[in-house]
Amino acid sequence: MQLIRCPWCGPREEVEFHYGGQAHVAYPDDPAALTDEQWARYVFFRDNPKGAFAERWSHSAGCRRWFNAVRDTRTYRFLAVYKPGEARPEVAS
Amino acid sequence: MSELASGSSAQRTPPGAHLPEHPDFLWRTPEPRRTYDVVIVGGGGHGLATAHYLAKNHGITNVAVLEKGWLAGGNMARNTTIIRSNYLWDESAAIYEHALKLWEGLEDDLGYPILFSQRGVLNLAHSEQDVRDSVRRVEANRLNGVDAEWLGPDEVAKLCPIVNVSADIRYPVQGATYQPRAGIAKHDYVAWGFARRADAAGIDLIQDCEVTGFTTDGDRVTGVRTTRGDIACGRVALCAAGHTSVLLDMLGVAAPLQSHPLQALVSELLEPVHPTVVMSNAVHVYVSQAHKGELVMGAGVDSYNGYGQRGAFHVIERQMAAAVELFPVFARAHLLRTWGGIVDVTPDASPIVGRTPYENVYLNCGWGTGGFKATPGIGWCMADTIAHDEPHPHVAPFSLDRFTTGALVDEHGAAAVAH
Amino acid sequence: MRVDGYGRIDRSRTLGFTFDGRSYTGHPGDTLASALLANGVHRIGSSVTLGRPRGISAAWSEDATGLVQVEEPFPEPMLLATTVELVDGLVARGLGGQGRLAEVADTARYDRMHHHVDTLVVGAGPAGLLAARAAARRGERVALLDDRPEPGGSLTGTERIDGRPSREFVADVVAELATHPEVAHLQRTTAFGRYDDGFVLALQHRTDHLGADAPRTLSRQRVHRIRAGRTVIATGAHERPIVFADNDRPGILLAASARDLLHRYGVLAGREVVVFTGDDAAYAAAVDLADAGAAVTVVEARPQAPAHWAGAAADRGIPVLTGSLVAGTEGAPGDGRVSAAVVTGADGARTVLGCDLLAVSGGWNPTAHLFSHVRGTLAYDPALGAFRPGEDLDGVAVVGAANGTLDLAGCLREGASGERPPSADGEPERTPGAIVWRVEGPHDRQFVDVQRDATVADIARAVGAGMRSAEHVKRYTTIGTAHDQGKTSGVLASAITAELLGVPIEDLGTTTFRPPYTPVAFAALAGRERGQLFDPVRTTALHAWHVGAGAVFEDVGQWKRPRYYPRPGEDMEAAVLRECAAVRDGVGILDGSTLGKIDVQGRDAAVLLDRVYTNMMSNLAVGRVRYGVMCGPDGMVIDDGTVLRLAEDRFTVITTTGGAAKILDWLEEWVQTEWPDLRVHLASVTEQWAVFPVVGPRSRHVISRLFADLDVSNDAFGFMCWRDTELDGVPVRVARISFSGELAYEVNVNAWYAPAVWERLLAAGEKHGITPYGTETMHVLRAEKGYPIIGQDTDGTVTPHDLGMAWAVSKKKSDFIGKRSFSRAENTDPLRKQLVGLLPTDARTKIPEGSQVVEFCPDGALPAPPVPMLGHVTSSYRSAALGRPFALALVKGGRQRVGDVVHVPVGDALVPAEITSSVLVDPEGNRRDG
Repeated sequence: MQLIRCPWCGPREEVEFHYGGQAHVAYPDDPAALTDEQWARYVFFRDNPKGAFAERWSHSAGCRRWFNAVRDTRTYRFLAVYKPGEARPEVAS
Repeated sequence: MSELASGSSAQRTPPGAHLPEHPDFLWRTPEPRRTYDVVIVGGGGHGLATAHYLAKNHGITNVAVLEKGWLAGGNMARNTTIIRSNYLWDESAAIYEHALKLWEGLEDDLGYPILFSQRGVLNLAHSEQDVRDSVRRVEANRLNGVDAEWLGPDEVAKLCPIVNVSADIRYPVQGATYQPRAGIAKHDYVAWGFARRADAAGIDLIQDCEVTGFTTDGDRVTGVRTTRGDIACGRVALCAAGHTSVLLDMLGVAAPLQSHPLQALVSELLEPVHPTVVMSNAVHVYVSQAHKGELVMGAGVDSYNGYGQRGAFHVIERQMAAAVELFPVFARAHLLRTWGGIVDVTPDASPIVGRTPYENVYLNCGWGTGGFKATPGIGWCMADTIAHDEPHPHVAPFSLDRFTTGALVDEHGAAAVAH
Repeated sequence: MRVDGYGRIDRSRTLGFTFDGRSYTGHPGDTLASALLANGVHRIGSSVTLGRPRGISAAWSEDATGLVQVEEPFPEPMLLATTVELVDGLVARGLGGQGRLAEVADTARYDRMHHHVDTLVVGAGPAGLLAARAAARRGERVALLDDRPEPGGSLTGTERIDGRPSREFVADVVAELATHPEVAHLQRTTAFGRYDDGFVLALQHRTDHLGADAPRTLSRQRVHRIRAGRTVIATGAHERPIVFADNDRPGILLAASARDLLHRYGVLAGREVVVFTGDDAAYAAAVDLADAGAAVTVVEARPQAPAHWAGAAADRGIPVLTGSLVAGTEGAPGDGRVSAAVVTGADGARTVLGCDLLAVSGGWNPTAHLFSHVRGTLAYDPALGAFRPGEDLDGVAVVGAANGTLDLAGCLREGASGERPPSADGEPERTPGAIVWRVEGPHDRQFVDVQRDATVADIARAVGAGMRSAEHVKRYTTIGTAHDQGKTSGVLASAITAELLGVPIEDLGTTTFRPPYTPVAFAALAGRERGQLFDPVRTTALHAWHVGAGAVFEDVGQWKRPRYYPRPGEDMEAAVLRECAAVRDGVGILDGSTLGKIDVQGRDAAVLLDRVYTNMMSNLAVGRVRYGVMCGPDGMVIDDGTVLRLAEDRFTVITTTGGAAKILDWLEEWVQTEWPDLRVHLASVTEQWAVFPVVGPRSRHVISRLFADLDVSNDAFGFMCWRDTELDGVPVRVARISFSGELAYEVNVNAWYAPAVWERLLAAGEKHGITPYGTETMHVLRAEKGYPIIGQDTDGTVTPHDLGMAWAVSKKKSDFIGKRSFSRAENTDPLRKQLVGLLPTDARTKIPEGSQVVEFCPDGALPAPPVPMLGHVTSSYRSAALGRPFALALVKGGRQRVGDVVHVPVGDALVPAEITSSVLVDPEGNRRDG
């Protein structure tokens, strides 16, 4: 069980957090303009890398705020956490 | 007391005396050749079964199975061996029932004692909605020719007396679906049985051979790059379960897969106490007692993506709470070993099988927690698909483009049971 | 046998116990194993496959053979006799490989405790004690855990540290630790798993050793969940057996364990002792056993005995046969105990040495389990002949024997962590050991995993079968999969496999250590989360009233909701028919407080709601209410409910009971991650507001009677409007929302006042026969109107259009969540399943919910499977209003098939049913205004 660093609350137990999958997947500006295939990409397709992965987390049993993290899916280690709207930081995994 | 005390169990037949032995020879350790008609990436249960049926059903034996580690060392070695076909939707029931029928003859087919035991599976219901979903699934199963019954709590207790059916637990058992033909098998034996047959047919099982890339020519893959050299191939089947995304990334093909840790555990060896398989989704637990006597249990899927083959312990703790809640006699059974596999999960909890944008590359992934029970069925259908270059009817509904059309096979909400 | 002058047990007191039906005595401080050996009981059980006799092979948790079943005080399977502390009245028996679960529930209590420490030290041997002391002296918060009843690790008491007997050193350190308030020192506490970020789990045995004196209030076992900044692994090493023919007999013990039994319990495990070793440490055992009265012979694998120990042996007349190997054993009839060691001398000559104890030392395996649980890699160390921690991990230190440091001075130095280490006085220097894993002999009698009866022959078969990896050999042979998880056999299996494969052991590697280090009872891990504490129970402010009224409850998520209120003699069906009739004919009242309520505030509140609901919310007038549906991006319905506009910038969003938390999270996710520019805030007010729908043609009378200020006329207070009023100064919000088609007023009040307002409503309705009703009646009433329950009539594959709610899908809005999915190919399929009504044509049969719908079978029998299915029954009830059973169903192309008769298989029968509109009662909507 990990100790996850909420950008607002500091390190807290993993059980306080909710996983939100890949980060930086923006809702399309104009869904109506997309083909079915493009829309399916948005709705269903997410990256699944073995290694560094930028993903969303919510401190659901704490401040209830969402944030982003880069985590290594091989080791599960968090390499960086950052607030929504911030660019993905460069980190070595 | 006197009966218990009368002895050390020396007078009885040792409980492990009757387990079958493995054959004297399983498989060769060949050097990879430089070219094959078919390369199967992934030497797990699905890859090995595909190899077996390619040889057996289609006479295709110029085949290599490439395994990055040791054969059947991924999810095949890590699952809880539950076999059942009582899925809700027609498409799912068809492929899993096809598999179950093959399971029923597999010991003979493989000439291997796979310890397939049709001891039945109970899927418990704990709420009114569970009951509705369960009846719905039972009725659908029956119409699809899959054996299924709805049982009340008393009947559950008759089949499996150690289930706590009393009304004063937090989520009382309101009944269960029952599939008598469901059961368990010994996972290693199954994988090794397929491997042995494939090897004997002349198929090369190549271990410690990790795929690092593909060579392509337009819409065709011409070869596979591996840690043991480049291998040219006519057709490629991807059977890499949790690692499928890694391979697809090399090909630039997207699939809606997420790889998650899934943990399982065993107890020490215990005298027979649990005659069937019990699964509960609401009080999350699934458990059987294996042939030697250990309780085998699965836990929930860990929430986040992970390739680490291990999960978080709070998932196990919750699992133990559920186990003791439903099976009070398990209180002093002991957790002996925990481990984790990597399950590749899709948005609709159904697999993705069939074609890819490369005309000679076939995909088989996304089985989530259902991979083991499908093994012979999917091996059969993949072999057929490869041999005829046309998706077998049982796998056709599971194409990648269902996510575009919206024709999902959503086993989440409706089936109410995973694993 | 017990020898005087040895042991730390309390021999002034005697404990009685029973083993395999015979009575024995022992002493406080004994384990079951030491007491049995003291009583001359060497055979403990039998092996799982071959049924061969099994005894005690080691003195603590690494024992691979001494498995017992405790029967009293409470049955517990598969415990090691070496780790069961003796208590008066203990009843146990030896096992043949399987334990037995109790047939009754365990009433003992189990719990958890959380710790956050700077330094966690696992192991209170010399290295661990010093590491803990150094951390304590630095002012850190420290936890020191050790699995044995007393600290000191492998120190026997014969050593001297800083000029004093080692036990005094231990006592001094323990005493100093006790003076530090931030040090938690726990014995009988096994760290069994290490996880990410310094998280370690440990199991403490708290009461078993107290026997009948154990306070009932104390939890039997406690799981300590420790988050440590730094973890010091000082878990020592396991002595390694040597594989030779018939090495599985009772009476064959690890050498240090034989010595431990002597010093800890005063037990001399044999009188005629052969010590077989290639390692210095076994000489200490030889010497101590000889000093305690045993006749000892040392069989030394090395060509020469180490000088110091050769002298010590000579002083005691201990013969040392150098360059010699034990190749096999003989056993006594009866208990199978070893009776002789067959020795191959340096010259190849074979000698048979009579013995009743064969003490073996093949060197040491660092106990690196905790290190490798989080994938710390182990590296082969040729000097040890074993694997040890092979990399530096952040926040982890491995010290002492766990790190492969086998001399006491080295352990003290590593433990001291930079402080001046105490001296290990008079400790002879260790000389290089001979790495002997196996002595040549008949493979089929050379046991590698004595618990699994797995031999060298099995490994040879595995190799012959083509197995090339350690994991395959393990699985082929089952080596390492037993109760001991290969603590002592793992390295041997790797070594012998490597030997037979002809590859270096470092290339083959070893199998993975996985938690737990030693077995942990399920109940200990379950902790307090059992029974009613398995999951939180949520009740409304009126729960006590419901209980008093005799309600039958239903679990809805974590909530307990009244399902119906039976009167004497009524079953559910009768009660529900009565409740339904009361509502349709008079007035009923429901506790709807579990509905989710979200307070949505802010300048952009309406913008948010327009994006998440399929219909328009921004044009809702203040004072008005609107029903809405929410979909996921895939266009499938996820929740529904009403929205009250309280002000331009404020709404109350009502969700389903089950969807409350999910929808709040859902909205938060969109607001925070996708639309942070929206000025809108969300808060759950589910618990703050109690809600009582007052429903039925006479509801207006009840409401007007109680809330005199409220103009309840249709003109002043129309359908889908809300008004604020008050009752004796208590603010009350009344909304005209109907989930039954009847005239209805939903009374919302601060939950604090809920019981009082409820009672006042009942009083006001008394002369109208106001009838409390439960969820079942609510379901019937809404179903008669074709109102779906999300999660019952939908399953995640249903769109608003499928539900016949195209009217609730805005065509004006350019986008909302899910809209784009409605135009996918699959969504325009005319054969999509649609919600319809279903009337059994016999007007009598209530179709079970979940039943499947098939085409009408003219011959009255189902065709052979697979039978195509049209859909399924989602809801089914008896209707008081219709005077017959009815159902809702999702049916392929259902709305085009109204009037068709289909079949519903129920058991062996086929029930004919007619497809109808989903609205069966008051389709014109005449009743909602009273």
